[in-house]
Amino acid sequence: MDVRVHNIRKEFGRFPALDDVSLDIRSGELIALLGPSGSGKTTLLRLVAGLESPTGGTIFFGDEDASQKTVQQRNIGFVFQHYALFRHMTVLDNVAFGLKVRPGHRRPPAAEIRKRALDLLELVQLSGLDKRYPAQLSGGQRQRVALARAMAVEPNVLLLDEPFGALDAQVRKELRKWLREIHDRTGHTTIFVTHDQEEALELADRVVVMSKGAIEQVGTPDEIYDHPVSPFVYGFIGQSNCLAVTLQNGEIWFEDRPIGLRAPAEPDGPANLHFRPHDIELIDGCGGCLAGLVTASRRVAGTRHLELDLGRTHPPVEIELPPERAAAGDHSRIAFRPTKWKLFRDGERQAVVAEAKSESSPIEMQEPTLVAQAS
Amino acid sequence: MAQPFAVAGLKGDRKLTERRNGSRWRFRQPSVLPGFGLSLGITLSWLVLIVLIPLSGLVFRASGLGWSDFVALTLDPRTLNALKISFGTAFLAAVINLIFGVILAWVLVRYRFPGKRVIDAMVDLPFALPTAVAGIALTTLYAPNGWIGQVIEPLGLKVAFTPAGIVVALIFVGLPFVVRTVQPIMEEIDKEVEEAAATLGASRFQTISRVLLPGLMPAGLTGFALAFARGVGEYGSVIFIAGNLPYVSEIAPLLIVIRLEEFNYAAATAIAAVMLAISFAMLLFINSIQAWSRRRYVYVA
Repeated sequence: MDVRVHNIRKEFGRFPALDDVSLDIRSGELIALLGPSGSGKTTLLRLVAGLESPTGGTIFFGDEDASQKTVQQRNIGFVFQHYALFRHMTVLDNVAFGLKVRPGHRRPPAAEIRKRALDLLELVQLSGLDKRYPAQLSGGQRQRVALARAMAVEPNVLLLDEPFGALDAQVRKELRKWLREIHDRTGHTTIFVTHDQEEALELADRVVVMSKGAIEQVGTPDEIYDHPVSPFVYGFIGQSNCLAVTLQNGEIWFEDRPIGLRAPAEPDGPANLHFRPHDIELIDGCGGCLAGLVTASRRVAGTRHLELDLGRTHPPVEIELPPERAAAGDHSRIAFRPTKWKLFRDGERQAVVAEAKSESSPIEMQEPTLVAQAS
Repeated sequence: MAQPFAVAGLKGDRKLTERRNGSRWRFRQPSVLPGFGLSLGITLSWLVLIVLIPLSGLVFRASGLGWSDFVALTLDPRTLNALKISFGTAFLAAVINLIFGVILAWVLVRYRFPGKRVIDAMVDLPFALPTAVAGIALTTLYAPNGWIGQVIEPLGLKVAFTPAGIVVALIFVGLPFVVRTVQPIMEEIDKEVEEAAATLGASRFQTISRVLLPGLMPAGLTGFALAFARGVGEYGSVIFIAGNLPYVSEIAPLLIVIRLEEFNYAAATAIAAVMLAISFAMLLFINSIQAWSRRRYVYVA
């Protein structure tokens, strides 16, 4: 079922947890809400579930306005981070609970409830454990019971709150793959919350990156990683470096020299250059480049990470190189140039300059704005 | 572990040590903290001194009576009635305490309101107050000319000087037991569990009856057992409000005192022994229900 979130606001006391958030989710999609803690992602999930009521705005399930409905009426499946299983019930009773509490005329006969619960346990690969109690299961098994329990009510939308947060890395990876399979098989519209970008990028059809109660970007994992639209997304997803640079006659200057990158259409002034550690090329003989001293060097799996000191008060820059190219030891000088990069202007300071690029609300340009990019 | 018991120097502990060296018994291997031998020794000596010797003295005296005497004394109608009243009122009071204790604990755990701390502290008052004071106060209130008594008297309700009065007094003394045993368990209940029930479509009532209350059952039973046991043994508060009419509102502990005052030690012993046996059986029963329900869901964090 489609889920549309329309200009939702949520305030806790006077603290706005969500500020005018809109989001369209297509039927059958697997969506990840990704963000640091306090970004409002769990609040958004709970609003869709009906566990919180919005301060303003509407939520539609299909064409129906769901915001006025209670949790019970919305018919959703919710999986909690700590499973929230009923520990005095067997696994089977847990899964069957949602069907058993239905009012008489909508409740399937007992035999059918049992059959459906057993089928679901088979789907989540827990056949044979139906008579166990939650306390007798491992964390991963409990999470699967929780999922089966949520799916038993044939939910309009399946909501998962940090579903793998409490599990160890190995189990997490397995369950991730398995959840994707289940989703592909059952086709429930699914929204899950995570702070783990790897999880979001690997699992979701589309990722919603959130920060400070607002949506920063919505897109496929590829779009999010390759074309981040804000400095926050650039910094939050994957590794990235940020350098303060100046624009002069369409050329990018770092400190007192050009670095060989051009942004011809841009007006002069300061800006921030973002690039990823692996999107660089080494340069021999520096005629327009970035150069720094190697201060640290770490081997991470197939690549070597070098930390460079570019001097002055600039933050250290990290680059990734194939190990054989990084053979040079500490305190040697390395010259390089980003191959894929983006330039953002600090919106607050440069509102007037940024205005030229941006069509919306020229005066109140609070957010940093993308001004140039190359790939 | 060559030397699992670090403490062996004390005289009272020697027996244990010798027995261990004889090594026919295997004690559970103690944890890294030493002192298992010492603490077990103290516990056992204490229990023997305080509980076991007096009780076995009672059983010993009772067994000296001879079987036929014992049966005759227990089957005496006055004794039977006293026992019935004691256990009946204690049971009723414990049931009422269970219901209202759970509600009270719920209010204290779940809601915030002005005066909450005061109410929380008041729950313990029956522990601290001399029970005789409680009995006298309740009698004054419920007597036909008391504040409450004169209101309910026209309605045909008599509380003071009837078995109903005994129940009222026992509710008073037993109240803290249920509240204090249920409260911590309630605090542990995750709000998520309730939310989970709601998302699955359970109404508020279904959530309470199917999810919350079953989880509280073991703790509730403990509180019930404690309140019940306390009620059976209660003396001070009851004798003032009960009226103490033989066959009607005379409790067993009072009958024991009466028999003692008549220097009829045999009868006193017999009643005491029967009370002991019944109490023991009931507590055993309650405990086994508890063990059964607790086994089903060991709390795992």
